[in-house]
Amino acid sequence: MPPVRRGFDTADDAGSPAVTALGAAHLVLARDLKLAFRKRSQLVQPLAFFAIVTTLFPLGVSPELSRLRPIAAGVLWAAALLASLLALELLFRDDAQDGTLEQYALSGRSLTWLLAAKTAAHWLLTGLPLALMAPLAGIALGAPNAAVPGIVISVAVGTVALSLIGSIGAALTLGIRRSGALLSLLTLPLDIPVLIFGARATELAIGGEAYGVPLQLLGALAVLGLTLAPLAAAAAVRINLE
Amino acid sequence: MAWTWFHRLASPPHVYRLSARLTPWLAWPAALLIVAGLIGGLWLAPPDYQQGDGYRIIYVHAPSAWMSLFVYTTMAVAAGIGLIWRMKVAHAVAAASAPVGASFTFAALVTGSLWGKPMWGTYWQWDPRLTSELILLFLYLGYMGLRSAFDDTQRADRASAVLAVVGVINVPIIHFSVVWWNSLHQAPSLMYLGKPTMPPSMYVPLLLMLVGFTLFYGAVLLVRLRGEVLSRERAASWIREAVRT
Repeated sequence: MPPVRRGFDTADDAGSPAVTALGAAHLVLARDLKLAFRKRSQLVQPLAFFAIVTTLFPLGVSPELSRLRPIAAGVLWAAALLASLLALELLFRDDAQDGTLEQYALSGRSLTWLLAAKTAAHWLLTGLPLALMAPLAGIALGAPNAAVPGIVISVAVGTVALSLIGSIGAALTLGIRRSGALLSLLTLPLDIPVLIFGARATELAIGGEAYGVPLQLLGALAVLGLTLAPLAAAAAVRINLE
Repeated sequence: MAWTWFHRLASPPHVYRLSARLTPWLAWPAALLIVAGLIGGLWLAPPDYQQGDGYRIIYVHAPSAWMSLFVYTTMAVAAGIGLIWRMKVAHAVAAASAPVGASFTFAALVTGSLWGKPMWGTYWQWDPRLTSELILLFLYLGYMGLRSAFDDTQRADRASAVLAVVGVINVPIIHFSVVWWNSLHQAPSLMYLGKPTMPPSMYVPLLLMLVGFTLFYGAVLLVRLRGEVLSRERAASWIREAVRT
């Protein structure tokens, strides 16, 4: 197994115009993906959590699909929200502990871009698999097969916004021990618009109706998050590294 | 020269003395306006033709709801100033505001649900205003939770300031998404402030209460700010003289 580059070799890269801000972000993305695939069990945990939470509802409410179908969208989204929250704790933790984040902050590269890349990796590792898994849970809760594309696309777009909002919360709670409960208290209220539009889009998809409007609003939230969240996360990381 | 007053606001002893001097100028008008507003609202204003006397709780509810947003905005602006100009006193203002704002939010929720019992027949309905108030309460709790999680005051100040600024960008988004959500799931609930023909005897007390609550917040903020400055500057030498006098 070849060694993984942890952070940049600042001596080589600093000031060299060959590595642009985007290039550095690309390196971070590749590194995070590579590291994540070396710890596969951590990757699977949020997905297993998602599956367990969606299993609780038929057990708690009723096994009848006719009763589960009306709440399927809400259940899917609440479970996706919690699963993405669970994964957030891992977003910066390892890199904060081994000093990688500090190196990023000192590297002279834009910390905003580097954190955006980390968040992108986080979405690829949790949001995208959740989006691919959500239709399975949806069908188990009574959604028709025709709803699959709608569920996938709404969860995929929504989790982009969730990862971005969550990156702010994760960056703010970097230096705090046992930050889990606090992280959810910070993040969940900000996630509510995503939940509303996402659950609505999924609900319409399950009902076989046009889900364009809530999906566009969801996309708007994702774009807004993309423009502002990495800036806020970078500010928060710097504060916690001071 | 014109900015001297602003720069002096960065000096804790100056702010400590200034807020002591200003407190009565806010507290007394606040007390007068609130008493006048209560008399006007609870006795002099006529009962509503639909809601009878039940509507009178808006004289507490509406100003509390207004203050919950006003305080959050003030807190975020103060936090932003503290973040940009590294002004310790601005962070102290934000820290002193949060529990006051959370209390107003809580009061708005309690009075809203008390009003709901006779009007809706239930203490809680997922009405867009009440729901956004509830989320706002969570935002306040998150802010205070984050602040208390740090041992280091400066780090707590700056981290919670980032959260306040992020939160204030989100407050309108949350509000409109909740309104949108609500419009899909239930018929619009009774609008108690949207009536075009509110007679002056009804809205004048409401205005008095609004201004009174705002001044009351100002007075409480100044008192809390002094406490905040004292605890932050407890190692400074000017404290000894300030407290003795």
